Amino acid sequence: MKNKLILMILSAVVMAGAFNAGAQEIALLNVSYDPTRELYEEYNAAFAQYWKGKTGATVTVSQSHGGSGKQARSVIDGLAADVVTLALAYDIDAIAQKSSLLPVDWQKQLPQNSTPYTSTIVFLVRKGNPKQIKDWDDLAKPGVSVITPNPKTSGGARWNYLAAWAFASEKFGGDETKVRGFVTDLYKNVPVLDSGARGSTTTFVQRGIGDVLISWENEAFLAIQELGKGDLEIVAPSQSILAEPPVAVVERVAKKHGTSEVARAYLEYLYSEPGQEIVAKHFYRPRLESVAAKYADRFPKIRLVTVDSAFGGWAKAQKTHFDDGGTFDAIYQPSK
Amino acid sequence: MSVVIGKRESIRTRAVQCAFIAAALLFLFFFLGIPLVSVFYEALHEGLRAYGSALVTADARSAIFLTLLVAGIAVPLNLVFGIAAAWLIARFDFHGKSLLLTLIDLPFSVSPVISGLIYVLIFGMQGLLGPWLFDHDIQIIFAVPGLVLATIFVTFPFVARELIPVMQQIGSEEEEAALLLGASGLQTFLRVTLPNIKWGLLYGVILCNARAMGEFGAVSVVSGHIRGKTNTMPLHVEILYNEYNFAAAFAMASVLTLLALATLVAKSLVEWKFADARGGSVRYVATMEKKIS
Repeated sequence: MKNKLILMILSAVVMAGAFNAGAQEIALLNVSYDPTRELYEEYNAAFAQYWKGKTGATVTVSQSHGGSGKQARSVIDGLAADVVTLALAYDIDAIAQKSSLLPVDWQKQLPQNSTPYTSTIVFLVRKGNPKQIKDWDDLAKPGVSVITPNPKTSGGARWNYLAAWAFASEKFGGDETKVRGFVTDLYKNVPVLDSGARGSTTTFVQRGIGDVLISWENEAFLAIQELGKGDLEIVAPSQSILAEPPVAVVERVAKKHGTSEVARAYLEYLYSEPGQEIVAKHFYRPRLESVAAKYADRFPKIRLVTVDSAFGGWAKAQKTHFDDGGTFDAIYQPSK
Repeated sequence: MSVVIGKRESIRTRAVQCAFIAAALLFLFFFLGIPLVSVFYEALHEGLRAYGSALVTADARSAIFLTLLVAGIAVPLNLVFGIAAAWLIARFDFHGKSLLLTLIDLPFSVSPVISGLIYVLIFGMQGLLGPWLFDHDIQIIFAVPGLVLATIFVTFPFVARELIPVMQQIGSEEEEAALLLGASGLQTFLRVTLPNIKWGLLYGVILCNARAMGEFGAVSVVSGHIRGKTNTMPLHVEILYNEYNFAAAFAMASVLTLLALATLVAKSLVEWKFADARGGSVRYVATMEKKIS
């Protein structure tokens, strides 16, 4: 009995070792946010093929997904990501500041603010738009149930919040009290805050809760494609926000893994034409002119403000609105 | 007259009895029966082929393997610990004994999320040992060792808590007799103690294993959710569900459910075999189970 026990433990340990062995091929870990699952599933295969053709080496990319803020926290706590592809710059800033795993000026390392694709925030409503939701105004009306994730943990949720705030700010000519009142009314209509964008989508689509989902544009398109052809409609508001989900090599980790070169190539390939094609196919707005022109009629034309122009950058927006004691804490009262 | 009243009362008590039984059955049907059936319905409604192919994908196989691996390490370790702790507590009196008992119970009362966070605080990069581990290329959390540690923590009390009352009930006379007759410590343990506690031990191991394979909260915190690498079966179910892959999610869930049902059968068998010897401790386990769930 005792011998058997020891044998069992030993074999288990050996098997655990087998996980780390066989390092002949290159392994990358991409820690990403919620709605990019399908995008990177396809992109990883395409990149592996490209890299094999270029260098002959086999590269396997593993994925981890979750709310953007939560994923950043995991990387800070030691999740060994070679690259991060998160929902907003502030989350990668947080990694740089709290863990010094990558330089503070990481955003200058790749073109276009290290953002190979953009997106925006739109509304997803049920068929026929029963509550006649046309613009942000309609979300703050009494009797409308709004689904959006928790800005504390989700990047998409922070874009949602800022888009609403920017709209109100324009509408009320920057009158802080009125803007705050508007956003408070909107969040009064939120029955449940999921921790990530994908959780909110399943709450809205699968569990049938809420009249409108504030969502990433790509996530809304995907939800319709996967689940709700004919049951759901996208509504483009009069104004929204230019969402820039950035990417970065986690330099210290990549250096330790010996993957600095391939990690950088992995992100650079996102900017290439084949990369941008995959990006557009998964409903992100491509950066490359030629690909953007090809898919132009797919994306509704919305007037977009940026975080820099409307909020003075992410660091400031984060501090004012989402840090503990910020505006969000002041306005959000869980519905009873 | 009095006979009539008696009859009426007995009818009334029977009516009350029936009402209670009906309420309990309805409750069981809605809260256990329907979910159980719907797991299998959702898993199978796209056909057996879809069901099978959902379970043989690389990620699914790795999740199943990882779950078995984690349970395969955590359960034997807790078995050894459980015997040692139970023996210590049942056979000796020492200062701090009740403190030790409380500590053994700790994982029952602490939220699994906290159990996971403890390890993040110790082994995480911002934690106590994190920077040293990083420099020496040792990955504990967000890797298999972290999953094992978290699982050991949450399944810690099962074997010990099961054995303590059994050993106390049996008493130490037989062991003392064996020692007086010249048996060695090991002989006493293998020939006297182990046969006496084997059913209780098995029972504890079954419970421990069930929890180890089903644990979600604690492993979710330390997993890092790297698909194909650090996703156990419960975590994989969540991922598939979030990817709109409902049939596959329920297929995986149905495997977990089958494991749970097999555990229940094994548990009942052991209980049935062992019912006379330890009625008291069965009741104790029942209350502990209620506490956890």
